[in-house]
Amino acid sequence: MHVPDGFIDAPTSVATGVAAAAAVAVSLRGARRELDERTAPLAGLVAAFIFAVQMLNFPVAAGTSGHLLGGALAAILVGPYTGALCISVVLLMQGVLFADGGLTALGVNITNMAVVGVVVAYAVFRLLVKVLPRTRGSITAASFVAALVSVPAAALAFTFLFWIGGTTDVSIGKVATAMVGVHLLIGIGEAAITALTVGAVIAVRPDLVYGARDLRRPLKLRVGDELVDAPAPAAGQPAAARASRRTLWIGGLVTSLVLAGFVSFYASASPDGLEKVAEDKGFAESAEEHATADSPLADYGVKDIDNARLSGGLAGVIGVGVTVVAGSAVFWAVRRRRTDEGADTSPTSAGV
Amino acid sequence: MSTASASLEVSGLAFAYPDGHQALFGVDFSIARGERVALLGPNGAGKTTLVLHLNGILSGGVGSVRVAGLPVDRKNMAEIRRKVGIVFQDPDDQLFMPTVREDVAFGPAAAGIKGTDLEERVDRALGQVGMQEFKDRPPHHLSFGQRRRVAVATVLAMEPEILVLDEPSSNLDPASRRELADILRSLDVTVLMVTHDLPYALELCPRSLILSEGTIAADGPTGELLSDDGLMRAHRLELPFGFDPRSVTMGA
Amino acid sequence: MGAGHAHRLYRHGHSPVHALPPHAKLAATFAFVVVVVSTPRAAMWAFGLYAVLLALVAYAARVPAGFLLKRLLIEVPFVAFAVLMPFVAEGERVEVLGMSLSVNGLWGAWNVLAKGTLGVAASVLLASTTELRELLLGLQRLKLPPLLVQIASFMIRYGDVITDEMRRMRIARESRGFEAKGVRHWGVLAKSAGALFIRSYERGERVHLAMVSRGYAGSMPVIDEVTASRAQWSYALALPFAALVVCVLGWTL
Repeated sequence: MHVPDGFIDAPTSVATGVAAAAAVAVSLRGARRELDERTAPLAGLVAAFIFAVQMLNFPVAAGTSGHLLGGALAAILVGPYTGALCISVVLLMQGVLFADGGLTALGVNITNMAVVGVVVAYAVFRLLVKVLPRTRGSITAASFVAALVSVPAAALAFTFLFWIGGTTDVSIGKVATAMVGVHLLIGIGEAAITALTVGAVIAVRPDLVYGARDLRRPLKLRVGDELVDAPAPAAGQPAAARASRRTLWIGGLVTSLVLAGFVSFYASASPDGLEKVAEDKGFAESAEEHATADSPLADYGVKDIDNARLSGGLAGVIGVGVTVVAGSAVFWAVRRRRTDEGADTSPTSAGV
Repeated sequence: MSTASASLEVSGLAFAYPDGHQALFGVDFSIARGERVALLGPNGAGKTTLVLHLNGILSGGVGSVRVAGLPVDRKNMAEIRRKVGIVFQDPDDQLFMPTVREDVAFGPAAAGIKGTDLEERVDRALGQVGMQEFKDRPPHHLSFGQRRRVAVATVLAMEPEILVLDEPSSNLDPASRRELADILRSLDVTVLMVTHDLPYALELCPRSLILSEGTIAADGPTGELLSDDGLMRAHRLELPFGFDPRSVTMGA
Repeated sequence: MGAGHAHRLYRHGHSPVHALPPHAKLAATFAFVVVVVSTPRAAMWAFGLYAVLLALVAYAARVPAGFLLKRLLIEVPFVAFAVLMPFVAEGERVEVLGMSLSVNGLWGAWNVLAKGTLGVAASVLLASTTELRELLLGLQRLKLPPLLVQIASFMIRYGDVITDEMRRMRIARESRGFEAKGVRHWGVLAKSAGALFIRSYERGERVHLAMVSRGYAGSMPVIDEVTASRAQWSYALALPFAALVVCVLGWTL
């Protein structure tokens, strides 16, 4: 799924790059809050784990095999922020060291796999854990569904970006159908592996599974022959967290505005490669065909607006706006749920 | 062994891990400045857990630890961590930086030392373990024994009050083991050596503590403890075949 | 341990390209790829010139053509995608060898192949002439968040250690007669993956202990800095500037 250079046009690449950078900044802060000063070594080791486990082959049949993408697994094991961060670092290093995924497509790759993949997985997971009874089996089941949904969701996010900034005039309906179809299959494999792996970790070290923190029990100490309660680890800093959430919100809002402005400027002011060719080849003609194509999204070249480029630009802006809003809404919801729980679960998963 | 001159004082220490496993059940002992002491005990006796309490990495149980009179708590933490140098069992955990030089420089640099002072410290520490020529090598290209020596250097560079070694002789071939013993003997610091390598303890440490099932079961001269068959058997400690502690002259 | 696969692409050497400071190289590569991606696809000659530019860099860096070409294989899945484009794309169609192909799709396929290939080639050149450690210093110098660079360097430092653990676990499985042949063996593999996670996480905790034991309190002390002279910057940026000229010509001609 590593998108190479040239799939997505330059303005969209830049815009997703900005969005990805913002997401990485948010997850850096979040990870810091989750892991404290342990962030660097723990996130580094988890990233190394993801990197390694992506090379573990799961044979399917007749010589074919699949492997883990790891977004859902990371989200469930270490939480959405650290998870997104680890996947981003893996993608960055794969791009720089292995030429795996284009450098200009880094933003697209991070947005799809590290942000959409992880956030969707975690949102689905938390939702199910809330609804299902509090048992280990539910955690495994929720992991399965979360991974199953997250893979096509990431594929859909790619399709969406391709629709905004794709360099080829492919019917978006066809792309979406193909992408989601293929990735639903991949998702089943991902789901099975993720659920089994989460199950294996829960069986041995339930305390390490971020998504299963609710299952913990208070600690008892035996001194001499008496049982003593272990002193509760110092409660987190809810006040600080709240203040930083506000700055985060404002930051996010400013970013999305800048982003929207940026994209609209580019999309409408500078014709990209596709449009230039389209002009050379006679734009009107192809635009007409485009409008008559019977895919649900093909008529996005808004009918009432004559200037095709402008309407395309508008659609792009609306699209990016929707992504940003949806993305922040999910992030916000997840954060809120987390801070609510922060009160009763020990935030220092050990002063250890 | 008065309180004032003690490098390390542990009293009433008990601790359980988050998974519910309790490792320490009330540990008391004290080590005077300049002593070399071995902490002996079978696997799972709580040795590593105890070590992690010495510089405040583990806390949240009951009891107290003092280093050079300073209680181990949040506000003294930076000071404590400069004073207590821990060499961990797996040098791969200890050597986390991309090159040997950077790794040895990490501790002093974190304490704010810069420039030529920093380089001097690095050179001195690497000199003490005889690893100067490997300065610019990445740690994962070194042999295990070399990595262990560099790990000792990373701690020596911080000029600690007390050096704590977790299983220093594990996985070393006899020559590396010998070299490390020579290095440790040449150092002028308080040493607490956690090990189940009994001859190594006898060779390097005049005094020993036996930690068993989370409490100190015995405390005395190493030779005497190792010669007490009943005590040894009670705590699953076994001397290597043919080794007689009474016939060894100690190099301490 | 082995040389480690974590940086298979690096080729040791002493060429002028190897000697350039890493952040200058990173910036130049990135700028070059951005320029390539911004080039109109109809300017086919421009992509030819880009390829010539990269060939010059490869020559200066003494990276053999075979090495470069072999690494381009990473693109194969996307070639498949590109090949499909002319069949599925919308718009005007032409007859080629009796098949009806979309003109737009052909252009799209060409666009993706040309830009993708150039992008991979540029990245391979960067990775094959820059040592791992230098890359990290370069990223740090380019003002990536320090925490991100730290995470990346831990990932690199322990990538080998963990893959090695994974390999040992596989050997242990196989020594006991287990061979994964199909879906029914996934449980065992997943258990290994779970164990690997626990080991990695615990190692992360131990590394953290080793760090705090030596006074780490959240930020890495700066021990090395890389710097670039103006001359080095201008050498490195010669590539994207040359590309920019080509790109501008591509838009105007």
